Amino acid sequence: MDDDDRVFRALADPTRRHLLDRLFERDGRTLTELESELEMTRFGVMKHLRVLEDAGLVVTRRSGREKLHFLNPVPIRFIHDRWIDKYTERRVSALATLKHELEESA
Amino acid sequence: MTTMTKETTQVYSVFIRATPEQVWDGITKPEFTARYFYGSVIDSSYEPGTPYLGWAEDRSMQYVDGEVIEADPPRKLVTTWRAMYDPETAAEPHSRVTWEIEPAGEHVTKLTVIHDELEAAPKTAANVAGGWSFVLSGLKTLLETGEPLSG
Repeated sequence: MDDDDRVFRALADPTRRHLLDRLFERDGRTLTELESELEMTRFGVMKHLRVLEDAGLVVTRRSGREKLHFLNPVPIRFIHDRWIDKYTERRVSALATLKHELEESA
Repeated sequence: MTTMTKETTQVYSVFIRATPEQVWDGITKPEFTARYFYGSVIDSSYEPGTPYLGWAEDRSMQYVDGEVIEADPPRKLVTTWRAMYDPETAAEPHSRVTWEIEPAGEHVTKLTVIHDELEAAPKTAANVAGGWSFVLSGLKTLLETGEPLSG
């Protein structure tokens, strides 16, 4: 499994996407804080966080006695560059050309 | 390390197929930073207490203003950080940026950027949130596919 596989696999689950959204809203949370927002056992949340961590989408840092979970958006940037930009670029550049031409003639 | 104020701390991490020394060069040498850091030429002697500045390539504009807090090549660089390219962020106090470089296997290095002390700099916090992903993505591409680093 390569890096992209791990990211797509991690994102292909609603609970894990929900966890990323929670961290996007407020970053640097403990397991206990994240668990309190999900209808799921602590063990279940840990399992999902592990998959996100393996994909590089979540990084943990220690702060005193707490283990904090941070959203790491860099792998999503790679997916964007590799799998989204490529397929949307042509349309976007057509619009940019149109804008340029309209403004030139204005 | 001091206790993190978690809600105003941003963490970005990337694995790069390069040595820690190459990653260090990539983040400290202006000829590299100009190619992925929004064109910024980073200017610093990397001695604690000395300036850490980012400029447009033609020096017409200053992008980053800061000071070196700690430099431990090729492991760690800590600087203060004020984004000068936007009047709103330039008006805020300095925050702090920590680059951590760790070996993560044969010819693989883990680079982590921690941007914190953003409590008094909410505009900066919002402004850099997408930017660091772009910068780290660009650095990885440069080091993995760009011209080989000169030794």
